[in-house]
Amino acid sequence: MARNKSSFLKMVSVLTIIAVISAFVLAFVENITKEPIQKAKNQKELDAIAEVVGEFDNDPFAEQMTITTPDKKHKLKLYPARKNGVVSGFAVKTYSNSGYGGRIELIVGFYIDGSIRTFKITKHNETPGLGSKADEPKFKKQFDGFNPNKHKFRVRQDGGEIDGITAATITSRAVIKAIKQAVKAYNNFNKGNSHE
Amino acid sequence: MNKTSLENLTRGIIKENPTFVMLLGMCPTLGVTTSALNGLGMGLATLFVLILSNIAISTVKNIIPEKVRIPSYIVIIASFVTVVDLLMAAYLPILHSALGIFIPLIVVNCIILGRAEAFASKNNVWQSILDAVGMGLGFTIGLTSLGIVREILGNGSIFNYSFISEDANPILLFIMPPGAFLALAGLIVLFNKLRKAQ
Repeated sequence: MARNKSSFLKMVSVLTIIAVISAFVLAFVENITKEPIQKAKNQKELDAIAEVVGEFDNDPFAEQMTITTPDKKHKLKLYPARKNGVVSGFAVKTYSNSGYGGRIELIVGFYIDGSIRTFKITKHNETPGLGSKADEPKFKKQFDGFNPNKHKFRVRQDGGEIDGITAATITSRAVIKAIKQAVKAYNNFNKGNSHE
Repeated sequence: MNKTSLENLTRGIIKENPTFVMLLGMCPTLGVTTSALNGLGMGLATLFVLILSNIAISTVKNIIPEKVRIPSYIVIIASFVTVVDLLMAAYLPILHSALGIFIPLIVVNCIILGRAEAFASKNNVWQSILDAVGMGLGFTIGLTSLGIVREILGNGSIFNYSFISEDANPILLFIMPPGAFLALAGLIVLFNKLRKAQ
């Protein structure tokens, strides 16, 4: 089959037309999917919050606050959960960049006294079958009721009280680091607001 | 269906299987096949984009000057991938969260560009669709079987259904990157042995 001859003008115009058309198509699709994507994202986060804080009847999303660690380096989101108007627990969205596969994002649920309820990993890149076990009950159930302010919050190899995941100590450390960061930020926030 | 059409359809599945014979798209092949489901998902997403891009390119092939055909193809392919990515995120969020990281990778999958250049730019729309379906299925079969082998050996499960006890130790190596090469090599040997025996 004979190919089209390429003159400079033709090349420029065809390529421009293609780029313009695809720009329009993409802008159009972006526009119509923007809202559903944001909705799906919020829903996912709301589901994660519901999973880690238990029952609530308010909209934690509408009441979210930003809290910072004492060194002011990390800004985290705090979502209070209320039942009949009284704060029954809260969730903190935190992260760590020291996972085996880089960044790990999780939402940690706390009881009102500051001890951990449970957590949910919302984003990770850990090895399937190894680090990915951090989101499984076997590892998670150790955290239920654990008070990081009273116990040694480290993996056993580091002299702490948490059993790391077999063959995934780096992931276990990263998860604990992320939760620690959330605890620090919450304690810092509490110092400034002693009403609760 | 006449003989040429049938040949165009089946070529990608056996004779020129992208994974086992042409060894194309090795990056996603080795990277995402840690489980059977991931392999299947990536294969189907690629199949979908491949059909769209083959249709588009075989339609516009006559107006694109030869010297700028590759950039034109890439713009078209990248647009389709982005559209698929956005639509999936909006209307199939569960599927998107499972496949999300693989979708942008499709842009750089050389099977898509390869079929655009080698087939869609020289054939009509209908034949290009058949070619895309064949190649896409071949790729899906390759990725799924590699995922199955790696998941069975490395995690003791298949399509997430575990068949060993929680304390048993499967051969973790097969989930890790080196295991991808070993499993792929084994499958290539097997596939070509069967293909030649025919």
